[in-house]
Amino acid sequence: MKLRGRTIKYGDNIDTDVIIPARYLVSTDEKELASHCMEDLDPEFQQKKQPGDIIVAGKNFGCGSSREHAPLAIKGAGISVVVAKSFARIFYRNAINVGLPIIESPEAASAIQEGEELEIDFDAGTIKNLSTGEEFTFPPLPRVAQEIIAAGGIMPFALSRRKRK
Amino acid sequence: MGKTIAEKILEEHLIEGDVKPGNFVYVRLDLILANDITAPLAIKELEKYEVKELFDNERIALVCDHFTPNKDIKSAEQCAMVRRFAIAHNISLFYEGGNVGIEHALLPEQGLVVPGDVVIGADSHTCTYGALGAFATGVGSSDVAAAMITGETWFKVPETIKFVYNGTLQKWVGGKDIILFTIGQIGVDGALYKAMEFTGEVIRSLNMDHRLTISNMAIEAGAKAGIIPPDDITEEYVQSRATRPYKFFKSDPDAIYAEVKEYDVSELEPQVALPHLPENAVSVREVEDIEIDQAVIGSCTNGRMSDLREAAEVLEGRKVNKRVRCLVFPGTPTILRQALEEGVIKTLLDAGCVLCPPSCGPCLGGHLGVLAKGERAISTTNRNFVGRMGHKESEVYLSNPAVAAASAIAGKIIHPENL
Repeated sequence: MKLRGRTIKYGDNIDTDVIIPARYLVSTDEKELASHCMEDLDPEFQQKKQPGDIIVAGKNFGCGSSREHAPLAIKGAGISVVVAKSFARIFYRNAINVGLPIIESPEAASAIQEGEELEIDFDAGTIKNLSTGEEFTFPPLPRVAQEIIAAGGIMPFALSRRKRK
Repeated sequence: MGKTIAEKILEEHLIEGDVKPGNFVYVRLDLILANDITAPLAIKELEKYEVKELFDNERIALVCDHFTPNKDIKSAEQCAMVRRFAIAHNISLFYEGGNVGIEHALLPEQGLVVPGDVVIGADSHTCTYGALGAFATGVGSSDVAAAMITGETWFKVPETIKFVYNGTLQKWVGGKDIILFTIGQIGVDGALYKAMEFTGEVIRSLNMDHRLTISNMAIEAGAKAGIIPPDDITEEYVQSRATRPYKFFKSDPDAIYAEVKEYDVSELEPQVALPHLPENAVSVREVEDIEIDQAVIGSCTNGRMSDLREAAEVLEGRKVNKRVRCLVFPGTPTILRQALEEGVIKTLLDAGCVLCPPSCGPCLGGHLGVLAKGERAISTTNRNFVGRMGHKESEVYLSNPAVAAASAIAGKIIHPENL
């Protein structure tokens, strides 16, 4: 899989309360959640985001609450992938489960700036910064994550595991 | 080669894999938890895939504690969805009305989580049960939905950081101060992907309420689990409550740790974590005189009997400042009843506190005590992120119950001994 997009950059410890504030957790609808995504952190996010945009962030992205509404809101907002120095572990699992691509790369997340154009090749494990010419590599996802994605999500994966028992 | 308590518990539950740090394993689950915010997403998934059969309807706990008593039509719909699901699948551990408490106060109290368990919950503070000597961790709704089908989940076996606390705690210093101090030392990602193991003479001297407070906030350092080795105090707490057989695990003396951190906490003062991260912990004396509008005493962190007693000890014979709302949330109906019988509730009401129902309250900013623009709260809860308790320009200062109670009286942050 290859994708191209423009970056929106945030700092360290972006918590799930600012990704989607709890007052909106009375809905499970991806589009409705997306309409409030990042509103307490970045009031301009809603205007500036374009389909396919890439969020680039610092360490511990998605820390705090276990709400799966957070990756859903990001995905619903049209963000194609999140690149961060590191991810909070529950967010990491949730992103895989809802089909939001994530890349852990401290080097790329440090170097890439707001508003740059990236090309990401998931098969080759490369991030090309088309604005600066820089290139970064990242390791493939752990096998279990690949298996979940290949199965079409955690639910088909779980159903197939139950069948095998 | 020796093993840590986390590794031993995972090994006992192993389905597939080799329990070594960094390896991926599948383990059997003893209990699966979700609440009124996270269960609906899980139920939607189960319905989408037309799942008719769950792995065990007596090992799934559904606790409607977040936006209850229902705050609006949408939250009422979410609880109705959880209720219909619980009835359809004959789920025995469903809590909504007079039996509902804050999930992480309720499940240990009712003996539904026991030492040696592996538990996942669609709530990040599921790590609370580590205080019982269990391996418990938060996950999202889809992981919980999948686990409801299979009764298992996957983990990357975490490395463990061991924390050793020596010395004797001062008056008004407890579990909350130890964990805020620790997060201040290592940072909000200081234990990312790892297990924390809390040990030492200070931990051994703490009652279960204080221990549950410590394990509760392991997630605030990014940890997967926050485990306390079970001992006589654990045994005393568990023996009359346990609904299932339990087993004590202990780390081997030659267990391999990623790191060992040792602290003498004899001089530790009550801690306050400043906005907007739990790692911003300082001594209460450094921030005295900051005015507050609200004090919150409760939550899965500090809504237990010891916490209410501590607050009552400070508030006894005194009055909450007229400018301040002091909200009290007993963690469970049993705690509320006990506080009533002990006279704690009377003390709190005489002081001018607002008694609220057992629920998460304003901790996550949705219900029962939300902050206005520019308002400031001192709170015994666990997070002080931007907008956590209400408006994005409101502020939350985290503390123990005694400091919150003292601050409610003074109208500003204060050490209880300076009242």
